[in-house]
Amino acid sequence: MNLKIIYTFCFCLLFCFPFCLNLLAQEKGHTNSDLEKILNAGQKAKPELVTAAFETTRIINAHSIENTAKGVLDLKISHRFNRLDNGFSDWFGLDGATMRIGFDYGMTDWLQIGVGRSSYNKEYDGYLKAKILRQHKNGGSPISLSYVGGLSVHTLKPNNPAGTTYFFTNRLYFFNQLLICKKINRLLTVQLMPEHVHFNLVPTAAEPNDILALGIGGKIRISRRVALNLEYHYQLPDFKLNGSKNSVSIGADIETGGHVFQLHFTNSAGMTERTFIAQTADTWGDGGIRFGFNISRVFTIVKPKGFENTRNKIY
Amino acid sequence: MKYICAFIGLLFFYTPLPAQKYMTRMGQISFFSNTPIEDIEAINNEVSAIIDIENGNAVYEVPIKSFRFEKALMQQHFNEKYMESDRYPIAKFTGHLTNFNDIDFKKNGTYPAIMAGKLTLHGVTKFVQTKGTLTVQDSVLTTQCIFTLALKDYNIDIPKLVIKKIAKEIEVTVNCPLKKI
Repeated sequence: MNLKIIYTFCFCLLFCFPFCLNLLAQEKGHTNSDLEKILNAGQKAKPELVTAAFETTRIINAHSIENTAKGVLDLKISHRFNRLDNGFSDWFGLDGATMRIGFDYGMTDWLQIGVGRSSYNKEYDGYLKAKILRQHKNGGSPISLSYVGGLSVHTLKPNNPAGTTYFFTNRLYFFNQLLICKKINRLLTVQLMPEHVHFNLVPTAAEPNDILALGIGGKIRISRRVALNLEYHYQLPDFKLNGSKNSVSIGADIETGGHVFQLHFTNSAGMTERTFIAQTADTWGDGGIRFGFNISRVFTIVKPKGFENTRNKIY
Repeated sequence: MKYICAFIGLLFFYTPLPAQKYMTRMGQISFFSNTPIEDIEAINNEVSAIIDIENGNAVYEVPIKSFRFEKALMQQHFNEKYMESDRYPIAKFTGHLTNFNDIDFKKNGTYPAIMAGKLTLHGVTKFVQTKGTLTVQDSVLTTQCIFTLALKDYNIDIPKLVIKKIAKEIEVTVNCPLKKI
């Protein structure tokens, strides 16, 4: 009888052992790593927008893939000084400069418009930039694609031969540009730019009215705050003006919170697409290098929604 | 024999209660930087959090890129330059509700709560402890607290040019309603 009881007891104990364990475990609840697993269960990596391919909306002269955010106005003041090889008497070019003052505005998340006035050829310009594709991580588009199109009008006094009429349309220039951009990693971004510039009036009949070029630009991040920018525009030999050189620029972006300073060296004197793509007169080889800068200051015109009750304030 | 059988029978009949867990993937965490020049507040509505009320264990996960700023450029700089969100995409707190025994999770009301644990931010892990409140409202637990953290502790350095615009100590506000699962 005794034996029987002991056997039964042992059997039951064995049988119940897993349940007892379970009980103990229940008392302890979940560990933090278990909780983490529950928290992340079934959570797939969502396609995520790739941001900050470039620091600001220009690489150096050309547009970058970045747009001004919706409701944000960006005041850009740009200078290109005289040639460095003018030497000491011209303070290495700093005695004179061409200037552009422009406003960029983000109409929507995908559309940016802008206007500007340049001292070079006394030119007014306007453009729009539209995002077509945006690069994503974890699925979605592997590249970003934008279109930039614009026109400009120079307001120099006409010096046409006597007896001929100088039409207003003679003053007009147009450009179309595609921006194909890939942020390869957090240190490197590359952008390709097929470009077309149309001149309503060219200096001689032999020169083409339509200029075709391929631009390439890039950003290399050197440190958390400084990025190096490069930009080159190659004009197709049969579609360029006589004497026009390819634009080559190198520069650095420095961010100071609210401002972005872009300091650079370039062989282009103008800052509108038709001037730097199709009418660069100097080359690096002959010493025609110019120091220049773009300063950008952003103003939030339309506040984004959801910040009505926040404590954001500037004193 | 009879008693043994009864005891074993009881064991069989014992069905353990399902673990009492509360969770959210839409919690809110905001932070606030106060300087004489500028006040900055950013909001994140995509915080994941889970609490096991049987032992008080808790995990909070904050996707850094989900912080929204009023100024778009600031958001870009926050991710790109200060938090390096591509390298450190998530801030994580794994800890413990130290006074969970004092809270009656079955009774609606607001209870003082103490949370302690490890906070990993910008690749740096520190021990933190903060007092807050825990509100029980039927099947929803709301955890609320405010604490400050020093940027220096987490190797987030601010360039000299903007040092006057960004506070050295940031106030963090947590407001996460968790639902029973």
